[in-house]
Amino acid sequence: MAALEEGFTLSAVPLGAGPHGLLGVEQSDKADQFLVTDGGRTVILYKVSDQKPLGSWSVKQGQIITCPAVCNFQTGEYIVVHDNKVLRIWSNEDVNLDKVFKATLSAEIYRIHSIQGAEPLVLFKEGAVRGLEALLAEPQQKIETVISDEEVIKWTKIFMVFKHPVLIFITEKHGNYFAYIQKFNSHTLSKYTLVLGQEEKSVIQSFTASVDRKFISLMSLSSDGCIYETLVPIHPSDPEKDQRVVRSLLLKTVVSDDARNGVALTVLDQDHVAVLGPPLPSSKECISIWNTKFQTLQTSKELSQGTSGQLWYYGENLFVLHGKFLMVIPYKCEVSSLAGALGKLKHSQDPGTQTVPHFVNWETSRGHRLGSQNSEQSKRILRRRKTEVNVQNPASKQLLSAIKKDSEKHIEEELCKFLAIKPTPDFNTIIGDIVSELLGRHKAEPSFYPRNSLMQLIQTHVLSHSLCPGLMEAALEKADVQVLQLCLQQFPDIPETVTCACLKIFLSISDGSLQEAEINMESVSDYSDSVQEEKMEEQTEVLHNGFNAEEENCGNCDRELNKKPQDAAEETMSCPVIPKRAALLNAILHSAYSEMFLLPHLKDIPAQHVTLFLQYLYFLYLKCSENATMTLPGLHPPTLNQIMDWICLLLDANFTVVVMIPEAKSLLLSLYKFVKSQICICSELNKIEVSFRELQKLNQEKNNRELYSIEVLELF
Amino acid sequence: MGEFKVHRVRFFNYIPSGIRCVAYNNQSNRLAVSRTDGTVEIYNLSANYFQEKFFPGHESRATEALCWAKGQRLFSAGLNGEIIEYDLQALNIKYAVDAFGGPIWSMAVSPHGSQLLVGCEDGSVKLFQITPDKIQFERNFDRQKSRILSLCWHPSGTHVAAGSIDYISVFDVKSGSAVHKMLVDRQYMGVSKRKCIIWGVAFLSDGTVISVDSAGKVQFWDSATGTLVKNHLIANADVQSIAVSDQEDSFVVGTAEGTVFHFQLVSVTSNSSEKQWVRTKPFQHHTHDVRAVAHSPTALISGGTDTHLVIRPLMEKVEVKNYDAALRKITFPHRRLISCSKKRQLLLFQFTHHLELWRLGSTVATGKNGDTLPLSRNADHLLHLKTKGPENIICSCISPCGSWIAYSTTSRFFLYRLNYEHDNISLQRVSKMPAFLRSALQILFSEDSTKLFVASNQGSLHVIRLLEGSFKHLHTFQPQSGTVESMCLLAVSPDGNWLASSGTSAGVHVYNIKHLKLHCTVPSYNFPVTALAIAPNTNNLVIAHSDQQVFEYSIPDKQYTEWSRTIQKQGFHYLWLQRDTPITHISFHPKRPMHILLHDAYMFCIIDKSLPLPNDKTLLYNPLPPTKESDVIRRRTAHAFKISKIYKPLLFMDLLDERTLVAVERPLDDIIAQLPPPIKKKKFGT
Repeated sequence: MAALEEGFTLSAVPLGAGPHGLLGVEQSDKADQFLVTDGGRTVILYKVSDQKPLGSWSVKQGQIITCPAVCNFQTGEYIVVHDNKVLRIWSNEDVNLDKVFKATLSAEIYRIHSIQGAEPLVLFKEGAVRGLEALLAEPQQKIETVISDEEVIKWTKIFMVFKHPVLIFITEKHGNYFAYIQKFNSHTLSKYTLVLGQEEKSVIQSFTASVDRKFISLMSLSSDGCIYETLVPIHPSDPEKDQRVVRSLLLKTVVSDDARNGVALTVLDQDHVAVLGPPLPSSKECISIWNTKFQTLQTSKELSQGTSGQLWYYGENLFVLHGKFLMVIPYKCEVSSLAGALGKLKHSQDPGTQTVPHFVNWETSRGHRLGSQNSEQSKRILRRRKTEVNVQNPASKQLLSAIKKDSEKHIEEELCKFLAIKPTPDFNTIIGDIVSELLGRHKAEPSFYPRNSLMQLIQTHVLSHSLCPGLMEAALEKADVQVLQLCLQQFPDIPETVTCACLKIFLSISDGSLQEAEINMESVSDYSDSVQEEKMEEQTEVLHNGFNAEEENCGNCDRELNKKPQDAAEETMSCPVIPKRAALLNAILHSAYSEMFLLPHLKDIPAQHVTLFLQYLYFLYLKCSENATMTLPGLHPPTLNQIMDWICLLLDANFTVVVMIPEAKSLLLSLYKFVKSQICICSELNKIEVSFRELQKLNQEKNNRELYSIEVLELF
Repeated sequence: MGEFKVHRVRFFNYIPSGIRCVAYNNQSNRLAVSRTDGTVEIYNLSANYFQEKFFPGHESRATEALCWAKGQRLFSAGLNGEIIEYDLQALNIKYAVDAFGGPIWSMAVSPHGSQLLVGCEDGSVKLFQITPDKIQFERNFDRQKSRILSLCWHPSGTHVAAGSIDYISVFDVKSGSAVHKMLVDRQYMGVSKRKCIIWGVAFLSDGTVISVDSAGKVQFWDSATGTLVKNHLIANADVQSIAVSDQEDSFVVGTAEGTVFHFQLVSVTSNSSEKQWVRTKPFQHHTHDVRAVAHSPTALISGGTDTHLVIRPLMEKVEVKNYDAALRKITFPHRRLISCSKKRQLLLFQFTHHLELWRLGSTVATGKNGDTLPLSRNADHLLHLKTKGPENIICSCISPCGSWIAYSTTSRFFLYRLNYEHDNISLQRVSKMPAFLRSALQILFSEDSTKLFVASNQGSLHVIRLLEGSFKHLHTFQPQSGTVESMCLLAVSPDGNWLASSGTSAGVHVYNIKHLKLHCTVPSYNFPVTALAIAPNTNNLVIAHSDQQVFEYSIPDKQYTEWSRTIQKQGFHYLWLQRDTPITHISFHPKRPMHILLHDAYMFCIIDKSLPLPNDKTLLYNPLPPTKESDVIRRRTAHAFKISKIYKPLLFMDLLDERTLVAVERPLDDIIAQLPPPIKKKKFGT
């Protein structure tokens, strides 16, 4: 609940002697310290928790401060403007404002904005904005006019959006209001006309704004006593064009509509605003906190001595000029829950029912599920949540009922309709639920296999294996390679058993049935073409990373065998599998696995399939080593590491079997030769390392200057 | 700010000695480090790792073991067969006791701190009782076949594990007999090595013995049954050291490959009570053998042949991200090894067993910032003065006029008179040094070279008048009653009237030389003094502390100066406070009274007291010259600290005259080049 705490007055000296009350209250670079600029000639630095002033500065008689003092967060200095054009910059140690740094500018200043993380920005009355350092480098530079004649700046504020300052200012001309947004990362200025709507005649009395990612939410308090909200986009669709933004009613009659003066508004957080002004005609002035979400008055506090109609809010404190003294009212908004309000935060735990957290953090529970697949607890939470969601969502309910009895065609149509709706936050749970419904029906009547619907659902990118464990099982049963390929591409958490089962199917399925299947071929480029083109360039050296394997230390046995693997390589240069099967196998290569869990399952693959897969992998390796970057052509090809890992895995799992197969012999020999050459390379590298180190030493000695020298040093 | 000609000296061929042992004391948060030349250093970990004390080494005294006993007493034992206790107040050796067992390889203090155990070359383990002022031999344990290389007490004090060659023995303390003998596998990567040396053992309260050996193994033994429980092969070379944390939930081992491994006791699965030792983190901060490791509650400490002392904080144990959370590498001693004669442009370098005197070169050329000027005369090596006897040099000094050199070892004080005749130099030893001048911790000459100040290790300060070829004892300032703290730092005012001296903990004393009496004592501060100097004319005493604070104290007024109060009120720049080496030397500009020159190992700074102080928002270190367009900003941000980081590691820097500086650098590469080659590791492939 939002609450106002007991306030306290800050100053012993009367403030607000000028005609317009205080000029401003601004944050200083230290927490808890604030710069208060009086309307006349004084700037006072207050420490709020101590309720005492830390320093006070004033300009000479005859000069008048025209803009509230701010703190430059980058240097810790303070900046004030007097007589519209004269900048003064000073720090805590300075005593006399006359003696501090001074810069006279060529145009009149409206405000200086300073915000953490950016240099101070100077807003001129004509609408131009400059960075402080750029201004100080050349104080007399010409300042352009941005707004038209008779247009007057009414209000301004600065925000940090993605680490860049964004400045908004509101101008008025003949009762029309305009908003300007100045962005500093792109140096664009966009102008918006505020359309007042039906309340044409009302005068806006106070503004406040807060920033969301894409919008500045501009709130205005009109003379009719209502608060309106206008969403001004930070990134305009068309910056050149004059755009119009419409305001909408946010809160009705928060202050009395005959209060001409002394009303102010400031936004506190996402849902709360503070309003200063008399709530009823002829009542005393009040400060009240409104919840904009529920449109309720949270708390209010009477300020009997009258205010200047100004309100500032920093950190946790509201600043109000109460009578002649500055008053600080701490504001607190504690998180409250409905359950807490009803006093039923503690559940009575019935035996047999599982307590479910009140707020399921979807992100964490999802991550947890991905991490450990057998976490029963989190699954149960998910189920619970799903059923809850189902009850609430009518669109999915309709679809679910369709699944129960309708034909595949009809379900497809319903699904299309459902997917066309904007995704809700619990979209993935609903999708998961739909899939399990579909699979449930498939189990009940095996003839029912809604393939298209399933594919559509997989392509929503929100499914994972643990969300619908039955899906891949069913696809494996049906030997539906298309769905399996999709699953392998989309699911992040496929168990190794399933991966291995997929591999078995991909290797064993006949070419004929593959031809019929529609398979995503993007990972396979037409190898046969490139073979024809690049065959000319192919050299055995490339294969060995520039190291010639045919050296004497490779042993005699190699020499004998040299011919044969060469031929074998020639043979395998044509892809051993058809492109469609290659695409499927690539999906396997891309999938994630853990060696320890995968190895036992790989042992179950029949020997001729192992050989085929090895041949394909070897073919891919040869393709890889054809170019310097060691990559395969194509859109999403397997990487060299994946290929190598799988070769090792397959050999580890099936070595004793593969060794016995005559057709694998040449393949094994070429692999053996490859490994041997790699070892040679490593040993050569180790030899070279010594020479390199010597070279490095020589180089260092050259760089190293004399043991003694006389140099010139200038310190700045 | 100023342009200087800088004599950039890199011919100081100083090699720190390798680290042999480290011992951490939890109560005082101090670390004792012994080096291969026998030097023992004490680091105060609470005072920014400042090396506050040191005991000079001795050629025949190779320290093999170092440990703290109850009441913060420090013992060492070495290959000369002696057990030594150090006097941490007077900074000398209290006594040495021969254990009569040949070279001592290992030593351990009992958990209660009242008994001392040493392992000797002849295979004997000897138990000593620690009495308030000495140690007394009590008895021998069962004699073993070969030398005892490592020892560790069980936390209850009932049993002791001793590592030898090829086996570990477990002794019962009461009976002194070996309960178990656990044989260690000699096999190393399948090849049978000649011997397996147990370099370190640790005894945990649950009875587990952890051993590290020359075959690269870390092994866990059950001392109740004498069986091997677990084996970790962690290195292809020797694992040379082990240290366990007080909680026994983590330990650290160091290998000859320069790697330090952290082992932690972690749960087998989450929320299960079964725990096992897991090798968690490897650290490679060393290039050579890690001979010694220690485990403080928040950090792993390691040192070895590559001479660095590395303090690696355990991030999970560090609560706030402050200074203690940073990795520290201490290479150079925190005291001055160099002194300089401004008049003759001479540098005196102090090594372990000799002194070198060099004359700087000269140039007539001028240049702009960054230029290297052509030399008209190169630097000359004038003198190589070797010490007599096996003791290491403690301190040395050359007089400002260049005609006196003084140095001291633990038992002798030497004073030499130098005569210059054109290019010839002759050296004459001043004989008949008085008996009280036996050992000095710090030596200083007055600015006019007529007086010599010697801080002896009993806390007294001797003032000696130097005459042509002889000397006269003027006065001795006795320490304040009741204190025996030795003075480590001295400073004399250029007019010769004031002498300031500081010990390791108490405040700085200022003496009036004219009236030969104590003038005042600067209030003591929580952190030890790292450097002292008295400014000319004003007689302001500038004091640098190990927490990087700098104070200025007016001696005539007996109070801190206005500037010092201002900077204390505002505080130093956070980057200044985060530097990790202490200021080791302070000097002044003869013509610019507002300037203070000081340096640490990585920067040299001129503080201009007339300029405003920097706050945390301003750029502390700005090496770029001002350019036209940023003049406005520059003018507004100019501050008192002018810093140069060109010369590093900087061992010494001083002002020779108004426009000339001398900077002595010791590049780390030059040190590494002179160390023995590290174990070669293959970078590529299998």
